[in-house]
Amino acid sequence: MFFKIIVFIIIGIAGGFIGGMGMGGGTLLIPLLILFTQTDQHLAQAVNLIAFIPMSAVALIIHIRNKLVEFRHVLITALPAVTASVLASLLSKRVEGADLSLYFGIFLMCLGVYQLVSAIIALIKKKKSQEGKQSAENKRELSENRQD
Amino acid sequence: MKKLLKKVVVVVCSAAVGFVNGFFGGGGGMLLVPLLEKVMKCPVKKSHATAIAIILPISIASAITYIINGYFDWTSVLSVSGGCIAGGAAGALLLKKLPTGIVAVAFALIMIGVGVKLTFF
Repeated sequence: MFFKIIVFIIIGIAGGFIGGMGMGGGTLLIPLLILFTQTDQHLAQAVNLIAFIPMSAVALIIHIRNKLVEFRHVLITALPAVTASVLASLLSKRVEGADLSLYFGIFLMCLGVYQLVSAIIALIKKKKSQEGKQSAENKRELSENRQD
Repeated sequence: MKKLLKKVVVVVCSAAVGFVNGFFGGGGGMLLVPLLEKVMKCPVKKSHATAIAIILPISIASAITYIINGYFDWTSVLSVSGGCIAGGAAGALLLKKLPTGIVAVAFALIMIGVGVKLTFF
């Protein structure tokens, strides 16, 4: 029991760490719970949903104070999203745990490929802008040398 | 007309995000950020912050539905939530110090690996 609680806490830290960096910790938390603690898929999803609430509430308060939340976007997206999420939660109860794991696996692969592609594009852009800065600096140095 | 079309796209995509987050118990935030950035033309930082404001009510609504459906366990909920808060604070604090591009690539590879494991094994 004690050992299990330690594993739960470590998994929480890992999921929270990725989530705190804004990369979707839930997509890590759920599979870790299934693979390392033999938690049922449904329960793992419930745990993730609940664990997300206190952390994101704190983050949200900080973001609102920093005036980073665009409230005009919230209503138009939150209303349909909340409705659909309640319906989907009811639907997922009717799906067998093993089947739900399979669908979740496919979902993860798609998200992973998307994340990989966008992360690589971001890295390339960053490198290019750094090279751009460097070549601008090189040119400036050259022109300065000529003036000497 | 174009404005109306954009609104319809936003409503349909939001419903899809809500559906995914409710069905899989997470992952909606990763879909919301590109929706906010690309379709609603929200700046990057504001997109991340606004996504949380949208995902929080979704998560509360689905969490209540899951609990009503009988999916709840005190031990795992309390210990995972505690770890999550500590990890979340660490992640947010270290965000500026870590090479986020490399972390993002590593995280994506883990996701693909876990996805393959859950789907095929």
